[in-house]
Amino acid sequence: MLVQEIYDNLKEKFPEAVLEFIGTATGDPSTVVDAGQIYNICKYLRDQDGLEFDYLALLSGMDYKDKFGTVYHLYSLKYKHRFVIKTYLPKEDPSLPSVERIWKTANWHEREAYDMFGIKFENHPNMIRILCPYDWEGYPLRKDYVGQETYHGVRIPV
Amino acid sequence: MGFLNRLDDPFNAEGIILGKVEDLLNWGRARSDWYLSFGLACCAIEFMAVNASHFDLMRFGCIPRPSPRQADFIIISGTVTMKMAERIITLYEQMAEPKYVLSMGSCANSGGPYWEHGYHVLKGIDRVIPVDVYVPGCPPKPEAFLDGIVKLQKKINQQAIFKKRAKLAEEEKIIVND
Repeated sequence: MLVQEIYDNLKEKFPEAVLEFIGTATGDPSTVVDAGQIYNICKYLRDQDGLEFDYLALLSGMDYKDKFGTVYHLYSLKYKHRFVIKTYLPKEDPSLPSVERIWKTANWHEREAYDMFGIKFENHPNMIRILCPYDWEGYPLRKDYVGQETYHGVRIPV
Repeated sequence: MGFLNRLDDPFNAEGIILGKVEDLLNWGRARSDWYLSFGLACCAIEFMAVNASHFDLMRFGCIPRPSPRQADFIIISGTVTMKMAERIITLYEQMAEPKYVLSMGSCANSGGPYWEHGYHVLKGIDRVIPVDVYVPGCPPKPEAFLDGIVKLQKKINQQAIFKKRAKLAEEEKIIVND
């Protein structure tokens, strides 16, 4: 299926939740959806006949300076088509439902997004940091991140 | 250099070599320095090449030990993150004296490419544990690594075992407290 067809299909099913279609000259076109509906939309995309996105290639966090976001790169091994979903999240206390129950691979990806951006995923079974130490302060990939001076008594900067 | 050189000029009587016990002990220690089998980042790949048959680290008497309690020296082969630094300190403390540290590559020496903007990287392993030999390079060639091993052996050869404090310089006595 073409990306435009998938988008039309999705728009028909979720007229309220599907917000925007971003067609780009380079890279995959993407669809912006309502963050609160991400679980239902992903479940539909995985289970619906003709779509069957059974593979979550990548889930990543984003910092757009005025807002946060998440990006889902989906792929269907059966139909060999791709689809990209984006969500936008508020700057204050960003959180959205987890898709871990749909694709198990989202478990670590969501933990990484939490570790690097502080985006919280609701209903995630193990929402803790994955790379940084558990007592690390701040979220390193945020644009306004300022690094720690010391960690456990050891000086970090030069 | 040490014990073995006296073989070139042996005493006339058969089987007698005059030498210091210290030289004998150091000769043995320098040529059987077992290292902790411990790799960190891309330098560890180069380190594995040193272990393989082309460069054959074992001809220097270096045998990998899986436990820090059996190791004489530890090779910090790669980028040390703040999270890993604590583990390295634990490993170092578990090693038995005398122990040595060989810092391998730019990252372990000074932070390397993470020198300025690496929020999570320790800027040089010598901030947490004392280092005996620094091997420069990113990553160091196996030849450079072997040179570091030879440097470590030379250092062990020159070390005092008996009456350590008497042989130290005045300024060192203030720092070293054994």
